[in-house]
Amino acid sequence: MNTICEVYRSLSILERMLVFLVLAPFVGGLLAGIDRKLSARLQGRYGPPLRQPFFDVLKLFQKERIVVNKFQNFNIVLLFVFTIFSGALFFAGADLLLTIFSLALAGTFFILAGFSVGSPYSHLGAEREVIQMVSYEPMVILMAVGMYQVTGSFKVADLAQFQEPLILYLPGIFVGFLYILTIKFRKSPFDLSMSHHAHQEIVRGITTEFSGPALAIIEVTHWYENVLLLGMVYLFFGFNPWIALGMSVLTFLFEIFIDMNYARFKWQLTFASSWLFTAVAGISNIIVLNFMT
Amino acid sequence: MGWFKRSPWVLHYNATSCNGCDTEVIVSLTPLYDLERFGIINTGNPKHADILLATGSVNDKSVQVLKTLYGQMPNPKVIVAVGLCAISGCVFQDCYNVLGGVDKVLPVDVYVPGCAARPESIIDGVIKACDILEEKYAHRKNTYARTQP
Repeated sequence: MNTICEVYRSLSILERMLVFLVLAPFVGGLLAGIDRKLSARLQGRYGPPLRQPFFDVLKLFQKERIVVNKFQNFNIVLLFVFTIFSGALFFAGADLLLTIFSLALAGTFFILAGFSVGSPYSHLGAEREVIQMVSYEPMVILMAVGMYQVTGSFKVADLAQFQEPLILYLPGIFVGFLYILTIKFRKSPFDLSMSHHAHQEIVRGITTEFSGPALAIIEVTHWYENVLLLGMVYLFFGFNPWIALGMSVLTFLFEIFIDMNYARFKWQLTFASSWLFTAVAGISNIIVLNFMT
Repeated sequence: MGWFKRSPWVLHYNATSCNGCDTEVIVSLTPLYDLERFGIINTGNPKHADILLATGSVNDKSVQVLKTLYGQMPNPKVIVAVGLCAISGCVFQDCYNVLGGVDKVLPVDVYVPGCAARPESIIDGVIKACDILEEKYAHRKNTYARTQP
């Protein structure tokens, strides 16, 4: 593990970005496969093969392209570009704030894509996505603020190499971040806008009018985003790469477990509870930190 | 490579069936039969679907919906007629408003017999439909290649 870290540190920024762009879809796809297999096992089913998400995406690229509004795929491409941009920034060790804002911009383009088509299902999904974004965004910013308070830097490279465990300074922020991570992973109870499990209400929210290659791009974007979010979990345990990697994987398994155990919340509850968590866990943690230092 | 064979997404429409075949379609998604182990997902959205599972004897009301759903599915696509009603209209075929089978209005590729069709035979029909999906894709790719300069 230490040799991997050494090799990573020796790479230039562009090379690190390239590593992320090439490896992240494989890692993300594999995680999605583990998700589906594990979910099936938890439900007492055999489940699809581990490579199933790759089959799905490759198939979607072979499907016919149906476009109802000629700008709809433009938005999806922007979603893709800004997500991989923020991921590449993060894994290159650049500014954490810029990563977060770029990810928020990607989310905005996804909402615009939902509104750009005529389907009422898609509009409903987009409206719910707005609510979700408002719910999770404060906590993500607070995470960056808390990390800055402890380390005095917004640079991901500094945060990852901070020798003391960040989790001991930011337990509240970590709990709050775990809470909104469920929204970001699009897991139950917060899969309001776009559910992974097909055949649920509003026939899949924002993606209703997106078929074939556009849907495949949305899926791959989601893989990139998942890897980026697990990278953020890594930062909390950056003092020891092995523990950090283990905790990232554990977090993902925990989200699957939550996904299987909860029915969907209403949007009011989603909004109120995530802001409550942000206030109680996140802001109080920052106030305490403020008095400590 | 045959990616369609590995991940066929199914859309299920009840064209005025008695609900017998529909429950059997849903039963084949349960842990006992688990369609998802073949990568088959019940999407509920025609724009994501590859295979249309149509049940029921298709009457004057449901025929429009059936045609719309089929039209919204992106190519290549396959129709599977599930149950005797969807094949011939069964005992309802002489009714004044019944068209008598999905193939009276749309090109059906696979017929799954049974009243109601068993989950095993539905799964078998979907797996057969995957091969036809591959054929259609290959055909579509060839004709597309020929028409392009």
